[in-house]
Amino acid sequence: MLTYTVKRVVYTLPIMLGVTLVCFMLVHLAPGDPLVSVLPPDASQAMKEQMMVLYGFDRPYHEQFLRWLWRALHGDLGASIASSRPVVAEVSKAVGNTLVLASVATLIGFVLGTFFGFVAGYFRDTAIDKLASFVSVIGVSVPHYWLGMILVIVFAATLGWLPPTGAGPGGSEAWTWDWEHTRHLILPAVTMSVIPMGIIARTVRALVAEILSQEFIVGLRAKGLSHLGTFRHVVKNTAPTALAVMGIQLGYLLGGSILIETVFSWPGTGALLNAAIFQRDLPLLQGTILVLALFFVVLNLAVDVVQTALDPRIERR
Amino acid sequence: MLMSRPVAEGPGQAPGLASGQAMSEIVRSPGYWATVWRRVLRDPVAVGAALVILAIVLIAILAPYIAPQDPYKGMTLRRLRPPGTEGFPLGTDELGRDMLSRLIFGARLSLFMGVTPVILALFLGSAIGIAAGYAGGWVNSILMRTIDVFFAFPSVLLAIALSGALGAGVLNGLISLTVVFIPPIARVAESVTTSVRSRDYVEAARASGAGPLTIVRVQVLGNVMGPIFVYGMSLVAVSMILASGLSFLGLGVKPPEPEWGLMLNTLRTAIYTQPLLCALPGVMIFVTSISFNMLTDGLRSAMDIKA
Repeated sequence: MLTYTVKRVVYTLPIMLGVTLVCFMLVHLAPGDPLVSVLPPDASQAMKEQMMVLYGFDRPYHEQFLRWLWRALHGDLGASIASSRPVVAEVSKAVGNTLVLASVATLIGFVLGTFFGFVAGYFRDTAIDKLASFVSVIGVSVPHYWLGMILVIVFAATLGWLPPTGAGPGGSEAWTWDWEHTRHLILPAVTMSVIPMGIIARTVRALVAEILSQEFIVGLRAKGLSHLGTFRHVVKNTAPTALAVMGIQLGYLLGGSILIETVFSWPGTGALLNAAIFQRDLPLLQGTILVLALFFVVLNLAVDVVQTALDPRIERR
Repeated sequence: MLMSRPVAEGPGQAPGLASGQAMSEIVRSPGYWATVWRRVLRDPVAVGAALVILAIVLIAILAPYIAPQDPYKGMTLRRLRPPGTEGFPLGTDELGRDMLSRLIFGARLSLFMGVTPVILALFLGSAIGIAAGYAGGWVNSILMRTIDVFFAFPSVLLAIALSGALGAGVLNGLISLTVVFIPPIARVAESVTTSVRSRDYVEAARASGAGPLTIVRVQVLGNVMGPIFVYGMSLVAVSMILASGLSFLGLGVKPPEPEWGLMLNTLRTAIYTQPLLCALPGVMIFVTSISFNMLTDGLRSAMDIKA
């Protein structure tokens, strides 16, 4: 197991390097001068050149990349152009809020998804299966930003039960687990949970249907094991894959929270990205994307290692 | 985030003989695609979904003929009329433009932005995947490890990162989404090609003097096309949601063009005054993407591919 883990980690390192390279290139992909948002429009040529040297844009790309990487490894992702605060500080403030939202959404999605998946798999090809499968198709087909708007219309604008936007009373940006904050979490988290719900339900349905058709289940039933007893076996066989899908989904939600955060004005990494894009704050854009992408890589690695540890059927090569 | 990891699918299996076929009769067994086609036609959900998609495509093509009004012409005096207003069956938007006409014309850009990246990625992704799978060795390593790097990004994040850096616009949106869909398609193509490459019939073709291009065209493509096509189809729903999402964020399509995601964005300010009106463009995105998903599901089960 240890050898396997080490192997997986070693395999992940070049991918991480590649991810940093892509993030580095983002700035150079942007049209126009990378300094365009820093300099006043009437800046003189001499001032421009001075700034180019200051930011290191006059050096060859590989040198720029290595310098940037070296600083990034030491926790320095540069300063935001708009706020001139360090990018690391901005991202770490926002990432907590997104993590709260994404984890709660994943949890809701997992609970509902496994429920619908089990029901559909157990009653395969019946009306119940059709209904449960339909719910999961809705989950993967609904434009979630639109669903968010609908929920705001119904529960905030019409019924007035829940606040429409924000993460806490009075535009609070620091998350705490009290009722006032949780009230703000309900709508965005439910909206976000629809995607993992649909995907997990589809995965679990396929798994359950496959396991139920296997001979050992027939054998267990033949020897007189109760329904609950066989159910336990089905759960045990489904769990590693379902948990792995849940882990990956958490990563997808963290990286893809921008649409929902925009609808609900949630002060997380999505809102940060949104601001970075429209203020052409390239260091902030680059830094936020780097942190989220690396988080996704590490999460994938962790899921893979944990799944291999949990599931004795997977070969540990 | 919406995208499930691609599952390596085996090469298309030849279907068994049609049931109920008399032994004495010598009938040519129907081809693989003919069987798939017949099975899809027997699935009412898939047929219904296909009809809905066909209707939306027709609406997009015939937009200038069926739209009751000019989708660009607004009038400040008649802003945000509710659906059911005389002369404006679905109301008017925040600039007083006819909602029905904009939804009809919106089908054009929304479909185009949703479907084109998948088609482009199908070509580029399969080319990369087949090349990597067929060549093997270091070519495979270089191509697939590069693909792995792009696969290491959550799809929404990669789309936002690229179009955020490139800036708004239809072309930039298309480029970003195409890049997002190439890696998963390349992976499926690579795994199918690798599994086909060592089969006996490929050996036989090679032994009989077929060059690499002929083998790829006849043996490999014949087996790879089915799974890749279905996988690509399952991506269209994701692509529709992502493309409209980009426009919803202000990336992608720029105003005043009618596009469903962008319409959702500009109508968002009227959410309290005209809630029903604001919901309409989303309904269109939802209906389109759920139809694509249901058609894909039907096609999958007709082709006997596990989801």
